[in-house]
Amino acid sequence: MKNVLRNNSKTGLTVVLLVVILMGTFLFAACENTATNEETTSLSGKVMIVGSTSVQPLAEELADEFNKQHPDLRIDIQGVGSTAGVKSVNDGTCDIGTASRALKSEEESWGLTETVIAMDGIAVIVNPANKVQDLQNEDVLKIFTGEINNWKDLGGEDKEIIVVSREAGSGTRGAFEELMKLEKKEGDKTVSLVVDNALIAEGNGAVLANVAGKESAIGYMSLGMVDESKVKKANINGVEATVQNIQNQSYPIARPFLMLTKGEPTQETKAFLDFILSNEGQEVVAKDYIPVN
Amino acid sequence: MNRVCNPISADLEYGTQQKRFRLRNLKEHIAEGLLLLCAFLAVLSLLIIATYIFYSGVPIFGKVGFKEIVFGMTWKPLEDMFGIFPMIAASLLATIGAVAFGATVGLMTAVFLAELAPLWLSKVIRPAIELLAGIPSVVYGFFGLIVIVPLIDKYFGGGGNSLLAAIIILGVMILPTIVSISETSLRSVPIEYKEGSLALGASQLQTIFKVSIPAARSGIAAGIILGMGRAIGETMAVILVIGNTPQLPGSLLDRARTLTSNIAIEMSYAQGLHQEALFATGVVLFVFIMILNIVLTTIFRKAGEEK
Repeated sequence: MKNVLRNNSKTGLTVVLLVVILMGTFLFAACENTATNEETTSLSGKVMIVGSTSVQPLAEELADEFNKQHPDLRIDIQGVGSTAGVKSVNDGTCDIGTASRALKSEEESWGLTETVIAMDGIAVIVNPANKVQDLQNEDVLKIFTGEINNWKDLGGEDKEIIVVSREAGSGTRGAFEELMKLEKKEGDKTVSLVVDNALIAEGNGAVLANVAGKESAIGYMSLGMVDESKVKKANINGVEATVQNIQNQSYPIARPFLMLTKGEPTQETKAFLDFILSNEGQEVVAKDYIPVN
Repeated sequence: MNRVCNPISADLEYGTQQKRFRLRNLKEHIAEGLLLLCAFLAVLSLLIIATYIFYSGVPIFGKVGFKEIVFGMTWKPLEDMFGIFPMIAASLLATIGAVAFGATVGLMTAVFLAELAPLWLSKVIRPAIELLAGIPSVVYGFFGLIVIVPLIDKYFGGGGNSLLAAIIILGVMILPTIVSISETSLRSVPIEYKEGSLALGASQLQTIFKVSIPAARSGIAAGIILGMGRAIGETMAVILVIGNTPQLPGSLLDRARTLTSNIAIEMSYAQGLHQEALFATGVVLFVFIMILNIVLTTIFRKAGEEK
């Protein structure tokens, strides 16, 4: 009886081992599968795009247009943030990384290939009920550093200003701070000057929702995503935030949209980038953003 | 039965039966192995997660300093200031506030359901509360952003995104946990206790508050602590309503940021030390939840001993 039991426990062990080995084999097979997929050369593979939430809507429209010509090519687009986009293309976890700001010096040293696909303005937005619409550059600076904290100082109602900003690392925030001089150098560090009690909204959509919901709020977001039925764009130095005014450089807050690749791009990636820079692609860009050529 | 009793047929079929037994044994061992594997998967996941969080989050305590992180007041990750004390405080305040609200309302609801409610009414209330548990947290958050936040802004000012908004949302979110566990433990109080109390001339309310609730206290405490666990770990609903300002809240109407929302908001942007600091935030959160769990198991064990 004892012997039988021992035998049985051995069978049990063998079974467990077998299952583990089987699972391992499946996993390996799955890995190999994806590897061969990437190597296929026809335009039916997959392009992974990871990066800025500001670039995401444009990238999706471009992908839709490109898919009309190459219906079998799958373009996956994830909006997780500029910094993550730059990082993941450098790690090789995606084909194209996108960023809605110029590269930082640390990132420039990684040797990535930059393609400027569009320019975008950053609009300063206020609630439609707010009487204040014209702001000078210095006003914006003072509001965001907390020096001015009541709308009555700017000719509006006697209400405390609620500053809506973005999370640390956001491309829109980085570009806004850089362009509006909301940062200063301290040694080798760049220090943000945005007021400490700013409401932090996660993403362009959340900024829009917060400013739309609060009469005394002010925020900034990608111009292409402003919904003018919900919020009001502020004029900076008397200039309205429009595509034309950014092209003629009279509106001061504009930034590049970048697509980044590392090393030699795959055929699919290259075809997609070429398409974006072609007339057709730039026409898509021109719908909401500013084309580059 | 017949076969076993009859020696001849038993002899004849001995071989096939042996085979059948072996086959059955094999099947059982396969099933056992699979179950074992599943059990290992859970333990393994815990081990991997814990190791990974600690491996990625602990080194920064050495580089920046434990005091500078846990008791630091300024969170400016891009400028190498990683103080998460305001978030520890906000997480604790939000949790305590939510439990104060959720436990009071939840316990009263449980008392009503267990002791007072007519059958038809409890048949309406109970499913409603259970349904509350099934609402995804992002929906709570969205509701908070669209309804609670503007209401607070209207009546108290300050924009509405505040600790108070988070407390209200979390308080409602943990209600189902507290109600169902408290109700179960109130119902398991032996009927003789109540009969004795009533027989001695105590009123029904006196019986509930002086006899039933004290007798069910360990179950009620367990419900409250489970609710605390949910409140401290909740992320999505909180992000939407709390304003996410990494500052120590001075009042209920101030914006704040909890440990969980800090990780969720900044993880996708973080690199280098910043990322490590977020893992360190995770380590702190992990420790908090471990403490809660230990307290919870102790209470359950005590409850078991009492019975």
